[in-house]
Parts: sequence; structure tokens; C-alpha cells
Amino acid sequence: MKTIRIQLETLTCPSCINKIESVLNKQNGVKEAKVMFNSSKVKITYDSEKITSEALAEIIEKLGYPVLS
Amino acid sequence: MVSGSLLLSALLIYLFNLSDFAREIILIIAAVIAGVPIAIKAFQAVRMKTFSIDLLVTIAVIGAMIIGEFTEAAVVSFLFLFGDYLEGRTLQKTRASLKSLIDMAPLEAVILKNGNQVVIPVDEVKVGDHVIVRPGGRIPVDGKVISGQSSVNEAAITGESVPVNKTKGDRVFTSTVSDNGYLEIIAEKVGDDTTFSKIIELVEEAQETKAKTQKFMERFAAYYTPGILIFSVIVGLITLNAHLALTFLVIACPGALVISVPVSIVAGIGNGAKNGILIKGGDKMENLAQINTLVFDKTGTLTKGKPEVTDIKPYGISEKELLKLAAEVEVTSEHHLGKTIVQKAKENKIELEAQPSDVEIMKGHGLKALLNYSEFYIGNKSGAEKLEILIPETASSYMLQQQEKGNTAVVVVRDNQVIGIISIADQIREEAPATLNELKEAGIADLIMLTGDNEQMAQKVARQLGMDRVYSELLPEDKVHKVSELKASGRKVAMVGDGINDAPAIATADVGIAIGGTATDVTMQTADVILMSEKLDKLPYALKLAKATVRNMKQNTYLALITVALLLLGVLTDHIHLASGMLIHEISVIAVILNAVRLVRYPKLQFGFKSFKMKKSDAKVNYAPSWSSRNK
Repeated sequence: MKTIRIQLETLTCPSCINKIESVLNKQNGVKEAKVMFNSSKVKITYDSEKITSEALAEIIEKLGYPVLS
Repeated sequence: MVSGSLLLSALLIYLFNLSDFAREIILIIAAVIAGVPIAIKAFQAVRMKTFSIDLLVTIAVIGAMIIGEFTEAAVVSFLFLFGDYLEGRTLQKTRASLKSLIDMAPLEAVILKNGNQVVIPVDEVKVGDHVIVRPGGRIPVDGKVISGQSSVNEAAITGESVPVNKTKGDRVFTSTVSDNGYLEIIAEKVGDDTTFSKIIELVEEAQETKAKTQKFMERFAAYYTPGILIFSVIVGLITLNAHLALTFLVIACPGALVISVPVSIVAGIGNGAKNGILIKGGDKMENLAQINTLVFDKTGTLTKGKPEVTDIKPYGISEKELLKLAAEVEVTSEHHLGKTIVQKAKENKIELEAQPSDVEIMKGHGLKALLNYSEFYIGNKSGAEKLEILIPETASSYMLQQQEKGNTAVVVVRDNQVIGIISIADQIREEAPATLNELKEAGIADLIMLTGDNEQMAQKVARQLGMDRVYSELLPEDKVHKVSELKASGRKVAMVGDGINDAPAIATADVGIAIGGTATDVTMQTADVILMSEKLDKLPYALKLAKATVRNMKQNTYLALITVALLLLGVLTDHIHLASGMLIHEISVIAVILNAVRLVRYPKLQFGFKSFKMKKSDAKVNYAPSWSSRNK
């Protein structure tokens, strides 16, 4: 199990939280995804054998939220 | 964004001019330009099988175009985008406090490598590296000073802007600023392990924890949005009035409802963090605002936790000589009273020359030793009696007098002759009396002190501080019982302690407050509120901030709920249409955020008569350099 924090561009709508969290949580290998709205970060605990951090970042980008780091 | 606003202004001109056809074309273009980005977001969400506000708005806009309401379509999409933009801008302000803290983190460090000074990024500094901090520089690691001296401004950690003098052997923290001297530091903690990083992490997570009010609002929104949606479909089907149905779609956006409470919390927690007060979440904030009973641990919280010599009474020799002899004997002692005496001699710059020999510890009494061919005993009265040393009447009554004052009286005996008495006590913190007064004024009904010390000692401290009640001779588990008892009697109890030996009581209280967060990780974990500086004086500010935050939260809650009621009422009575509905919706969101921004600037910009009673201590907090420099 690994934990990463992904910094996003500033989040503005609280509904984005649900959007990002629910999609990430549905991914195979993701144990827990939590959006920290106020710091615009996503904290993801995941199994690195099932999914890579790049893939996670890509999913977030696809939802329409640019990933900074 | 820009094109949208340009089109809107063009549209305004056309509104007052001719050609219906040209106007409609422009409106359609405006609606499409503003609407497309919204539609894209909505589409992205739909593709991921989630539902979003963007979708509601997109449907409303497209619907409006179909029924030929181009003006409405253009205005709604424009307002939504513009509102989104404004929200982003103002939201950033509520997050400003934390952001400015993070910005304080240094990016580079100068380390000494093979005798050369090398500049490297902060991430690459390793534990054990030899770090150099020049005057005016920010310290890049947590570590120990190995040479040099400087006064260091620790405001980034403690919120305290008075510089602290640091010299060899002292600990320094990341992000504090070395004011005027040169320091060499051995790195002990780097990167994410530093106290500073932990503070940031803690605050970030705290800002996410939900307050009770917030949970209520979210539950409300969870029913409100789909409820209104279903309602709009039903209304549309029954009345066949597409316009009315679309209006419902727009006002179903939960906007202000969802955001009203979190923005207040973020602003409040951020403000605290900047002033050296960590509040671990919205729920803790709510609890803190309700506290009416404060329970203090004595040692280390109300007192300094380090005993000091309070009085020296010599018999037949000089005061200095007495202290010197006592210190020379006690220099080998491991007992804290002995150490205190040696410390006092050092403070008075007394050179210790003679070495004691034949040291014999008398457990529970004191010690015996040979010094300069004389036989010494330093300890308590019972030990002297055991050695059949005669204590003169005057000395004996003096000792009693000291004990009544709450001091520990140590008798110094040379060759069976009492040559003096040294009184030792744990001193009350300088800021304690004023702080406790302020707390009472801030509305705390009961100040209670708990201590493991004996009754006399406890009473003395309590009298000096004006505590309402004292419980003495308690074991750590007794303290927990006392806190539970107070809670059971219906009080809202906060326990204030130093976080290490008081951890169980701190965990039991409604709100656990630890002072001196720089000390240990344990402190950071158990307490709900952490005062980072080793001082009490931030306590009243913390309480007032919590109250102001809760007040702000309530204002926002009412604002959001009233807006919803007004919108519903307006739509049902046919006073509000698509565009005006969106306008009111956006205004309410911005109003809620702006209200929260006031908290960032707390204690300035507060409404109500209370704000005029601003005390000196508030003003002091306000003008700490971290504030003024960041707000310009």
C-alpha cells in the first residue's frame, strides 16, 4: 500500500470533491481517495501493483482537473 | 471568459437598438461561447458516471435555447461562469492564511560539505548534514545549534513574534528566521518530518474535517437538489410550462448550502494556524466555542514546571557563600532540587571550586558529603533530625513559614551547624494571572486546577491565580476521573495541559488543549487544540476565535437557507426566472465566501458591539510581523 498526495489546480466547486472521490474510489487498486478541497490536494492510498500513480493522475486529468504535481 | 463578457456588453447595446435578428444571433453566440466550457465539464462528469451542477446548468441552457429564450440562455451561462470565476478568486482569500504559512517554507539550504559551502534544494538535505544559516536567513531544517548565536523569530511555528535567543545546544525549527546572527546547525529532522511540515499537514487535514453544522447542511443539500429536480419534472409535465421547469433546474444548484460552513472553518483554522494555534477540525472548533469550564494542570502548565530558588536565608555567613557551598556539595546530585541550587549558583556567576567527597544520598531526605574537610548535610528537616542535628528555633520557624507559602525549604548544615536555608518553588508563569483574568472576561465560568502536589502548595498557587477550585494530591488517573465527573455534571470541559503526562485527561475532556506543541508528537496527536508556543497567553485568543468562527458559520447557514427559501418562493410566485434565479444563486455564494473572508482578518472587521471592546492582547496578535507583512 502506498500513499500519494497529488496537487491539483485550485479547486473551486465543492461538488468536484464527490466527483473525483467517487471515480477514484471505483478504480481497482485504490483503497481510499480523499480530496482535500481547501488545499486542492488528493490523498490516495493505493496498491502500487494494481495501479500506478501516473494512471491515477491521468484519471483525474480526464475528469477535467489539471494535475500540478 | 473575456469573450463572454464582451458579448454581454455588446448585447446590452443591442438591447436598446434595432434589429431583432442580429440581437438573437449575438445572443446565441454568447450562450454558446459561455455554455460550451460548462457543457464540457458536465460531459466529463457524465462520462465518469457522476452527476454535477454543470449538468443542471447545461440542460437549462440548452432547454432555454430550444424554447427560444436566447437572452435567458446567454445570461444564465454567463452568470454561471462569471460566478465560478469570482468564487475561485474569493475562495482563495479564505485559504490565504495557510497559503502564506506554506510560502514561508525555505526552498534552499546552505550546507557545509568537505569544508565548502554548497547551496542545495531543501529536499536534498539529509539528517546529520551541517547546515549554515546566515543573518536574516530562514532555517531550512529542524536541528540543534552547534555553534554561533542569534535571536530567532519563531512566529512561523509559535505565532510568537518576540525573538528567542538561540545558542549552542538549543533546538531550532524549520521556517523560523534567524534575525541577526550566524548559526551552524546539525540537521535532525528534514522534509516531511519537520515540525513545520507536520503543522501544515495537520492544518490541511483539519480544514477538511466536518463540523456538525456542515453535516447538517450537506444532508439538507442531498435532499434538496434531487427533490427540486423531481419537482421540476412534475411541474413541467403538469403545467407544460418548460420555462418554469427550467427555472427549477437552475435554483436546484446547492451552491451556497454546501459551501457556507466549510469556508468559515477554513478561514478560522487558517487564522489560528497563523497565530500559533492549531485547531484540529471544524467539530473541535464548535466544541471549543461552547466551553464554559477550563481545567488546568498545575505543573508545567500554570507553573513553569522547572523549580527555582525563591529565597536564600544564611545564618552567620554571606548569602553568596552559602549558595556557593551548597552548590559545590550538590554538583554531583541527580535530584531536581539539588540541580536547581547548582543552576542558581551558575546564574549568579559563582565559580564552583571545591569538589565534594564521600557523597552519601539519604533517600527521601537529602545528602551528606565532605567538602573542605567539613561535614555537610543538605536536605529536609526530617533528615536533619535523623542525623541528630539541632535546628535552632529561628531557623525552624522560618522553614515552617516558607512551607506555608508553598515553598520547599532545604536546610544546609556544616559540621552540625545550620548555616542557612534555601527555599525552592516552581514559579508561576509570568503570563498566567493576566491570561486567566482574560479568560474569565471571555466568559469562562469556572477555572479549575488539578495537581499531584500537596494541598499547601496547590492552595498557594490557586490563591495567587484566583482559581475557582483546586483538587490536589491527584494521580494521573484521578485527573481523568475529575474531568469525567465535571463532564457528567453537564459542563463543557476543556483540559489544558502540557500534553505528555496529562495526555489521558486531555483525551477525556470535551476539548483537549496542549501547550508547547513543538515538544513532542504525542502532544500533536492527543490534543484537539494545540498552542504551539510554550505560553498560555494564546488561550483567550483561541477561545474568541472559535466563537467568532462559529458565529460566522451560523451567519452563513442562515444566509444560505434564507436564499433557498426566497428562491423557491420567488419561482412559485412567478417573480424569479432563469437569469434572475442564477443571479441570486451566485450572489448568495459570493456573499457567503466574503463573510468568511472577514474571519481571515480576525480580530479586525468584526460586526456587533463586541468588536469595539478589542483588548490590547488582540491588537498585539494582530500586529505580529507575520500578519502585516503578508497582508500587504
